[in-house]
Amino acid sequence: MQSEQALPELLIKMADDELIIGHRNSEWTGLGPVMEEDIAFSSMAQDKIGHAWALYRILQEHFNGSDPDQFAFMREAADFKCSQLAEMPITSYDFSLMRHFLFDHAETVRYQSFSQSSFTPLQQLAAKIKGELKYHTLHADAWILQLCAAGAESKGRMQQALDNCFQLAGGIFEQGEAEEVLIAEKIYPGEAALYQQWLNNISPVIEKAGLTLPQMTAPVYGGRKGQHTEHLQQLLNEMGEVFRLDPEATW
Amino acid sequence: MYGGGYIYDDSGRSWQQEEQLQDDPVKLAAFEARIARGEKIEPGDWMPAEYRRQLIRLIEQHAHSEIIGALPEGTWITRAPGFKRKLALIAKVQDEIGHGQLLYNAAETLGKSREAMINDLLSGKSKYSNVFNYPAETWADVTVIGFLIDAAAIVNQVANAKGSYGPYCRALERICYEESFHLKQGHDAFIELATGTAAQKAMLQDALNRWWQPIMHFFGPPDKVSAHSEKLMQWKVKMASNDDMRNQFLDAYVPKIWELGLTLPDPLLKKNTDTGKWEFSDPDWDLFFEVIKGNGPCNKERLDVRKWAEEHGRWIRKALMRQEERERTALPVA
Repeated sequence: MQSEQALPELLIKMADDELIIGHRNSEWTGLGPVMEEDIAFSSMAQDKIGHAWALYRILQEHFNGSDPDQFAFMREAADFKCSQLAEMPITSYDFSLMRHFLFDHAETVRYQSFSQSSFTPLQQLAAKIKGELKYHTLHADAWILQLCAAGAESKGRMQQALDNCFQLAGGIFEQGEAEEVLIAEKIYPGEAALYQQWLNNISPVIEKAGLTLPQMTAPVYGGRKGQHTEHLQQLLNEMGEVFRLDPEATW
Repeated sequence: MYGGGYIYDDSGRSWQQEEQLQDDPVKLAAFEARIARGEKIEPGDWMPAEYRRQLIRLIEQHAHSEIIGALPEGTWITRAPGFKRKLALIAKVQDEIGHGQLLYNAAETLGKSREAMINDLLSGKSKYSNVFNYPAETWADVTVIGFLIDAAAIVNQVANAKGSYGPYCRALERICYEESFHLKQGHDAFIELATGTAAQKAMLQDALNRWWQPIMHFFGPPDKVSAHSEKLMQWKVKMASNDDMRNQFLDAYVPKIWELGLTLPDPLLKKNTDTGKWEFSDPDWDLFFEVIKGNGPCNKERLDVRKWAEEHGRWIRKALMRQEERERTALPVA
């Protein structure tokens, strides 16, 4: 397989991750524990959804992909390649915050790796996205450290959230079928390398927070192959509810 | 959004008389002279007790209207059709929460804490704009809210931005700036439906029919039955009368609606070319007061969502306060 086939696979899973986690983050709009957090999650949601849109446009322009709206709003769950971590319901603030921490550190590592990518459109987009991710991880780190330093209840909740999210987060780094091609062509360093860098980056924060990092014993794979929980189809039904009334209409 | 022109007061008493008597007449005269000269009143300045009470009520209700007003549209963020609308709606609703934050800060300068204001909202003691007690049933409702309710709120907020209390005016200046973008996105989405397929047009007309009465209610009862205005206008707390704001709104937006081939559910609605004033059927004011009392279609739902957010966020706020305490005690003692 050449990178012309392998690259879309990479772009789709990244874009789907961004769209779905952005959608989930946007669900906090109006519901945050304090107004400032409500605003922060809305803001990150916009960034993520914007990233997805940009990636779908790269697919459209360089790989003969379909219109981003059609591609995002009309597919069924089995055609989505997001990680299962991204599709989980927002559940509660502790879960959402920990997911945000693990996910955004993974994104940071990924987009940093594209700064040397041989695929120029991705390299250029990554330069912009990296600047935004800096604030996402800053936000996540600050809140994790803050809550872990504020007593047994909040620290206990953060540890529980970490235990709940960690294997799911491992699923972000599920290897793609054509990854070797992408590594050989210097598009990116591959999932195993990103995973190691991610562990290196999150470990000091986890340690500083006084949390215990679980062992990655059973990473939740499947998302990259279109295997999802029932939550994703429910999300997609809701997301497409208006658009699917008349997919040919402009809204 | 979302400040309604109508600010509810349940005191039902001869409001300015009692407390005014307690104010030093010399200071009161100097205060009123400052306002008459167009000066702004700042937090540390002397002010009559009733001025403070009315302003807290006004700004607090405005702040509540922002965060409750985020909910009917907020429920459509996850269903917004297409990237452009999805991003615009998240950004817009996020702004509204930000406006709430700005306004709570402005009200806090008058001595009432954000927590106390939120508690009064949840207990039903403090009100918010009635218009948010109606359901947003379809995507077209989102466009009607984004265009017409925002437009109505702008009429009110532009007027209030010229008021006498400095912190509120400054908050409103920033809010109005952002609102002008909201209005553009609302108008754009509204036009998209008005000029779209037959189903889209029908959806929009239906939404317009349902929202027309709440919009006519938005600025509050007619001046002839709305008490309390005179002193508030002298103190530049209230900057325009309900009827004037309603007329200004109708003048600017009814022609735009008609131009698009849409109708409004009021056969008497027309502009009197002699007086320059709009004439219309009286909306149901009994219903208006019923909704204020808590008996509108969505009052309970709106407060239940806020209660959920408050209850689920309590451990976080507690944790933050505990940390603040620790930081305070950790400061070196001189």
